[in-house]
Amino acid sequence: MHAFSYHRPATLKEAVSLLRKVENAKLLAGGQSLIPVLKLRLASPAAMIDLGAIEEMRGIKLEGETLTIGALTRHAEVAASKDVAIGIPALARLADGIGDRQVRNQGTLGGALANNDPAADYPAAVLGLGATVNTNKRAIGADRFFTGLFETVLKPGEIITSVAFPLANRAAYAKFRNPASRFAIVGVFVSEAAGNVRVAVTGAAPCVFRVKAMERKLAEKFAPDSIARVRVPPDNLSSDIHASAEYRAHLVTVMAQRAVEAALASK
Amino acid sequence: MGVTVSMTVNGARVSADLDPRTLLVQFLREHLRLTGTHVGCDTGQCGACTVHVGGRAVKSCLILAAQAEGAEVMTIEGVSRDGELHPMQAAFRDHHGLQCGFCTPGMVMNAIELAQKHPNPSEETVRAGLDGNYCRCTGYHNIVKAVQAGAAAMKR
Ligand SMILES: Cc1cc2nc3c(=O)[nH]c(=O)nc-3n(C[C@H](O)[C@H](O)[C@H](O)COP(=O)(O)OP(=O)(O)OC[C@H]3O[C@@H](n4cnc5c(N)ncnc54)[C@H](O)[C@@H]3O)c2cc1C
Ligand code: FES
Ligand code: FES
Repeated sequence: MHAFSYHRPATLKEAVSLLRKVENAKLLAGGQSLIPVLKLRLASPAAMIDLGAIEEMRGIKLEGETLTIGALTRHAEVAASKDVAIGIPALARLADGIGDRQVRNQGTLGGALANNDPAADYPAAVLGLGATVNTNKRAIGADRFFTGLFETVLKPGEIITSVAFPLANRAAYAKFRNPASRFAIVGVFVSEAAGNVRVAVTGAAPCVFRVKAMERKLAEKFAPDSIARVRVPPDNLSSDIHASAEYRAHLVTVMAQRAVEAALASK
Repeated sequence: MGVTVSMTVNGARVSADLDPRTLLVQFLREHLRLTGTHVGCDTGQCGACTVHVGGRAVKSCLILAAQAEGAEVMTIEGVSRDGELHPMQAAFRDHHGLQCGFCTPGMVMNAIELAQKHPNPSEETVRAGLDGNYCRCTGYHNIVKAVQAGAAAMKR
């Protein structure tokens, strides 16, 4: 790691003003993605602003038709939350499948979204439920938030404070995981709310994406068979030592069907 | 620019002026000389460095010491009582849950927290719970037995 100065604000306000004042500063949440990056010297911020002491950015609230989760809420807390189990059980199961116990005990929702790893799980839930990412500046719809490989619309000086998930009639996440890294080779999140269907895919491409052709078929009839013949073209999918683009394309349809099946079984 | 870090380690208050880059595992091993916590991979994969921070099992090679500010930290050196092995340690010995022992401190620390959350863990729960801990010797079968026995003993 290159040297950096360290700041530990106690409030969001303090964090925002530090971020404005301190040159070349980087936010630190759980550190489960950022510390490895610093060790590899892929980033060399001059200052680290640790959000870990900001209590107002933690917690889970189920109110009306919305489940709101603070950005600093850890994966293990989402996995174990009663409110999440009642509101969006698929989200609790997704969180319980991230990495391993130790990573879930330390990694946060906000960190996972800001990082936007192409194989991360949470982006699929945020896009697949049409959630809203709240920052200190604005509310950002899921369809606009994720912009590319490790890229989001977040601006320097912007901090994710919470995410508002609209409840769905039914939803499920099906992940074909890499047994070594635990990340998704392909993961598909499917939701249906008042006839409105969303299908979001992670792991398959440089950035999470929706499959509108599947959404249309599922809106007509929410059943695995409806999408059995919908194929995502492999042209823009990722190819690496774990899976070829053709295999990933095949997996998208298989995992989407499994997600639909699981969503039907959940109701 | 240094940072002053204070925490409780195995029940004792400790405070130090550190380079902000200091990892929690470096602080434990190199500053406090608590070398029971091991570094296997230093990349967050193997779990040998697992300790408890605020009651949560985490990989101490993957957080800064400064992130544990004010927290209660527990390492393998802190789990025995009055010279008696912790029930989870005893179960690892009784069930041959170790060979070279390199992975054992991390296994035990993760297993203790797992048993606190799942007092009667099924084999499946234990295997999934040990996802983040690698052992290159045992083949895991006896570790799984040890964790189940240790969890049962912890209830007594
Ligand atoms: C062994 C291992 C296995 C893993 N397996 C999986 C897996 O299967 N699936 C998966 O999805 N993930 C996996 N992860 C990643 C894990 O989920 C991370 O916790 C997560 O990606 C980042 O969260 P964090 O809180 O640790 O963020 P950090 O590492 O602290 O930060 C990540 C990035 O987000 C920025 N950031 C953090 N918080 C905010 C905020 N509130 N506002 C704006 N920017 C912010 C930081 O500046 C940094 O750029 C794994 C990690 C490890 C080490
Ligand atoms: S040394 Fe920390 S996970 Fe391997
Ligand atoms: S006993 Fe040797 S690595 Fe586990």
